[in-house]
Amino acid sequence: MTDTTIDVQAAGPQAEPSTRMNMIQAINSAMDVMMERDPDVIVMGEDVGYFGGVFRATAGLQAKHGKRRVFDTPITECGIIGVAVGMGAYGLRPVPEIQFADYIYPALDQLVSEAARLRYRSAGEFISPITVRSPFGGGIFGGQTHSQSPEGIFTHVSGIKTVIPSTPYDAKGLLIAAIEDNDPTIFFEPKRIYNGPFDGHWDRPAQNWSKHPAGDVPTGYYKIALGKAKIVRPGEALTVLAYGTMVHVAAAVIAEAGVDAEIIDLRTLVPLDIETIEASVKKTGRCMIVHEATRTSGFGAELSAIVQERCFYHLEAPIERVTGFDTPYPHSLEWAYFPGPVRIGEALKKVMRT
Amino acid sequence: MASDPANGTRRANLQPLSLYVPEPKFRPGDAVDFTEIDLPGAGETRRPDTADPADTFTDLAYQLVRVLDDENQAVGPWNPRLAPDTLRAMLRSMALVRAFDERMFRAQRQGKTSFYMKCTGEEAVAVSAAYALDYEDMCFPSYRQQGLLIARGWSMVDMMNQIYSNTADRLQGKQLPIMYSVKEAGFFSISGNLATQYPQAVGWAMASAAKGDTRIAATWCGEGSTAEGDFHSACTFASVYRAPVIFNVVNNQWAISSFSGFAGAESTTFAARAVGYGIAGLRIDGNDALAVYAATAWAAERARTNQGPTLIEHFTYRAEGHSTSDDPGQYRSEGEPNAWPLGDPIKRLKDHLIAIGEWDEERHAAQDKELAEEVKRAQKEAEQNGILGHGLHQPLDTLFDGVFEEMPWHLREQQAQMVAEETASGRPWARK
Repeated sequence: MTDTTIDVQAAGPQAEPSTRMNMIQAINSAMDVMMERDPDVIVMGEDVGYFGGVFRATAGLQAKHGKRRVFDTPITECGIIGVAVGMGAYGLRPVPEIQFADYIYPALDQLVSEAARLRYRSAGEFISPITVRSPFGGGIFGGQTHSQSPEGIFTHVSGIKTVIPSTPYDAKGLLIAAIEDNDPTIFFEPKRIYNGPFDGHWDRPAQNWSKHPAGDVPTGYYKIALGKAKIVRPGEALTVLAYGTMVHVAAAVIAEAGVDAEIIDLRTLVPLDIETIEASVKKTGRCMIVHEATRTSGFGAELSAIVQERCFYHLEAPIERVTGFDTPYPHSLEWAYFPGPVRIGEALKKVMRT
Repeated sequence: MASDPANGTRRANLQPLSLYVPEPKFRPGDAVDFTEIDLPGAGETRRPDTADPADTFTDLAYQLVRVLDDENQAVGPWNPRLAPDTLRAMLRSMALVRAFDERMFRAQRQGKTSFYMKCTGEEAVAVSAAYALDYEDMCFPSYRQQGLLIARGWSMVDMMNQIYSNTADRLQGKQLPIMYSVKEAGFFSISGNLATQYPQAVGWAMASAAKGDTRIAATWCGEGSTAEGDFHSACTFASVYRAPVIFNVVNNQWAISSFSGFAGAESTTFAARAVGYGIAGLRIDGNDALAVYAATAWAAERARTNQGPTLIEHFTYRAEGHSTSDDPGQYRSEGEPNAWPLGDPIKRLKDHLIAIGEWDEERHAAQDKELAEEVKRAQKEAEQNGILGHGLHQPLDTLFDGVFEEMPWHLREQQAQMVAEETASGRPWARK
């Protein structure tokens, strides 16, 4: 399906009508558009029906598309994903919501051993075209069970795609692409930036998407190809690899430091856009990786290894990884855990020093 | 130094607590006596109308639906009154499953494949269900329901190709032997992880209902697997949405070496799990082909008329090892299979047909011989496509096919690396 993929922003001004949306509205719009286009798309999860989801991502969908296509589920993530796999085997295209990424673990067996393996083990007889949406990441005082970033668990699994948007525009285009994709996709939504971009300074006034260019979102159908990164800011001095909330935090630090960095928003972790990464690091000779997840075996380790394997002779400094700590996500000390401007700033100095 | 966490917290005036750990009645060397098992007589259990609410017959979860009596007659309200032709067809299918099992077990012992699992003693559970369901109904089996495929007339050669991971293996050598997947025959891809198929069957059934389809789903797991969270998630979902699904719990008494007590059998029945979820529950004689047929047909009618799910506990016995990797002599009494009070399902159906004058020992012996020949012919044909014991039959680069619909760069890169390395190594795995 990727052959018909278009990136509206990259393609320039469009006749397509657009409106201001925050990330929640953009995600809602993606599901709405897909439910209108494809009668096999169904949405389910805890509290997603009449109420419209604890983050309101499914608001209005049940009223519009009916409760046989948008419905609440029992509180069993294992059941939600298992049922979605069965629906996918029937021929539907389920979009289950796991209310918080922290709650996804009871569903791991159904994701890792079933959804991810079904195509392979049945030699293509059965597939799992499911898209698992789930808010992830911290910065909202959610404590250790509403703040985690478990993307590295899924990037480690063969047969699953992992997608993480950083803007309303991308969120809608990527979610539509994920729903149309015939492979299972984990779609992690950075909940800290649902309502607006975040510069990493928790004590500054919150921003919203109304003035951000990517808060202008087409009301209709469009998609952004999975596996394609986006160069958020072109630059020559350093390559910054980030995704989700950390794209914005890193960009703010870079802007304040006045470094001519090339900031790459990965958007899809698996499959990774290796070409964009490789070309950038070979050009800049320096690389800093930023993610909120814990450090050890985090996705940054994979990025670091890949960059080293492919760009070693172009590197002028050791690759820097800026991550959350290898601790549970704390409640009161959230901003000490969060890889914010201080930690990124220190890493920036180190990677630029040599 | 050993610590005692309770040191200083024990109260001298209270009785010390005691942890209970279940233990099966008989271990190797023990004489077996199954008289403690409570077996109601055939025909004694009532048959509610399929439109009755589940909470009006919860007693059935604690009884035992039996149709074939000690005189080999079909009796009582659950008697499905099948035509002799159907009975003979069912008998033939069950005998064919056993012949197939014996041949493939031997093939594994001869080094022709890596693994096999027999269903000896449990043939009725899958075969009768296949006869009672529509061919279009979707089955989500565990690993011991090969009888579904055999009864649905699926090619034994195709099954053997999979067992041998040979050039004609429809699963391209990607799956452990017997983990079949046959979409055309309504047979879902078997997982090695237990009970995962339960919520999947519910999801399939919910999808069918949401689409206004007329097909229902059926799924199977062992009594041991009912302890998995998936089982309970499935029951909850099925109850909530009244999914048109049949849950089969094959209580064959043993989960590898763990007796059913480790899944809770000492406290209640497995059919009783249904009661807590408010879904229909039946406990039946799983070695009685007519009881299995009748219960499945009854559950299917409930599902087709939007009465919701039914859980059927098939009370049976795993007469042989868990798999070719298992030796039950290490943990249970050798006397158990022969002492099992519900007998052998094939013999019981055979005796019934003879009792009603529709079969005889000579025809049965002739049929056994004919089936053995049929299986042998199929084996010969399958072996033309190769056997695992003779090496690998799939092109090396197919290892990477089917991870995703389209192969991403990192897999293409690993594939190219593997092909280059293998080619350079000179190992005789060249592409066939």
